[in-house]
Amino acid sequence: MSPVIKKKGERFTLPSKYLLFILTLLCTAMMLVTFGTDAFDKPLNTVVGYIIVPFQRGIEKAGSWLSDRSDEFGQVKDLLEENARLKEELAALTEENTLLQQDKYELNELRALFAMDEQYGEYNKVGARIIGRDTGNWYSTFIIDKGENEGLSVDMNVIAEGGLVGRITSVGPTWAKVTSVISDNSSVSGMTLSTGDNLMVLGDLKLMATGCITFSQLLDGKNAVKEGDKVVTSDISDKYLPNILIGYISSINKDPNNLTKSGLLVPAVDFEHLGEVLVITDLKQAVTE
Amino acid sequence: MLRKIIVAAFIMICFILQCSVFTSLAFAGIVPNLLIVLTSSFGFMRGEKEGLVIGFFCGLLNDIFFGGFLGFYALLMMYIGYLNGKFCKIFYPEDIKLPLALIVISDLSYGIICYVLTFMLRGRFHFSYYFTHIILPEVLYTILITLLLYPLILKVNEKLEKRENV
Repeated sequence: MSPVIKKKGERFTLPSKYLLFILTLLCTAMMLVTFGTDAFDKPLNTVVGYIIVPFQRGIEKAGSWLSDRSDEFGQVKDLLEENARLKEELAALTEENTLLQQDKYELNELRALFAMDEQYGEYNKVGARIIGRDTGNWYSTFIIDKGENEGLSVDMNVIAEGGLVGRITSVGPTWAKVTSVISDNSSVSGMTLSTGDNLMVLGDLKLMATGCITFSQLLDGKNAVKEGDKVVTSDISDKYLPNILIGYISSINKDPNNLTKSGLLVPAVDFEHLGEVLVITDLKQAVTE
Repeated sequence: MLRKIIVAAFIMICFILQCSVFTSLAFAGIVPNLLIVLTSSFGFMRGEKEGLVIGFFCGLLNDIFFGGFLGFYALLMMYIGYLNGKFCKIFYPEDIKLPLALIVISDLSYGIICYVLTFMLRGRFHFSYYFTHIILPEVLYTILITLLLYPLILKVNEKLEKRENV
């Protein structure tokens, strides 16, 4: 007799192996469907957005309040020293700023002369707070507290401290998932600021503890790229807006093929102590065919 | 009904703690795996069915927030819960050796499967590095957390069972 058939006076229960089989099929189907499309993303993202995200926000608030209090106690002395140092720096910067203002004036004049539009105006940005990080140890993704309701969408670039953090890879009504550039599955097309050579910036789990990421496929025929050079997102990237700072080159090696170079890059952003980020709400212009 | 609510609360609390509090308490960037502790303890305490259902939901939550596509972690965690449920018959609440061993094996196999399917297939072949720097530290940290979390789960389960048998 089949174990599924209901006996008299007994509550209907599904044996566990049948349930396992059904759920396995369900999972496989979901994987196949969501691998290509995002059919389930919308309802599920909405549901968890209302169940889980409020708690994450609460915990984040409590956590940051606690760390703020402990910081306040511990750092008064440090802050006084820092204040004195910063005042000196401010004086120096003010002077530099005046010089730069003059340069900018000149630049604007010249641009007007060439009838050139300002190529990269200010991007529109939205501030967001990190409320959760990846539960596993393999990838480096995190959850921010703004989503579709604030106008965010997939592929928007995320920056912090003037450097590139990553891009939004999934979005719910009140939250969004950001995959960072240091994540092992991330790759960004970049270029060196000094020479304009293109390269690929790749996240690497092995190097995460050292705070570096790798780059590869740098052509640099003239050997002009040096350690310490700035790397920014390239014009040809299809997800990232151009000229956002990614990091600084810390070592360069020639590849065995003698044509390209690869090496290490120190990201401009301190990913360990990231609390708030800025989301650029302008998307890279897509070429539609 | 009460059991369902409490288990759901357990899953949510563990997930939220893992992605907020424990990421700040991470030793050398390693986060313990509370969801594995939860899934396998309910598996061997309550049997295959509860193990697989709890595993499925833990994994699904992970999929929605952090997975690239849905179903991968759900499938993995579901099988871990189911296989742990096979040990329900030789489980005694007084004995801590079997639960610890099962949780260690579960977390180890979870780590290795994650490595093989999402890293090795992308050409990251340096297994010994990932084993000693990611999988093993995670297991050790998880054992530490198990010693705190498991007695709590056990106690709550005993209370629930007492209530249900009245």
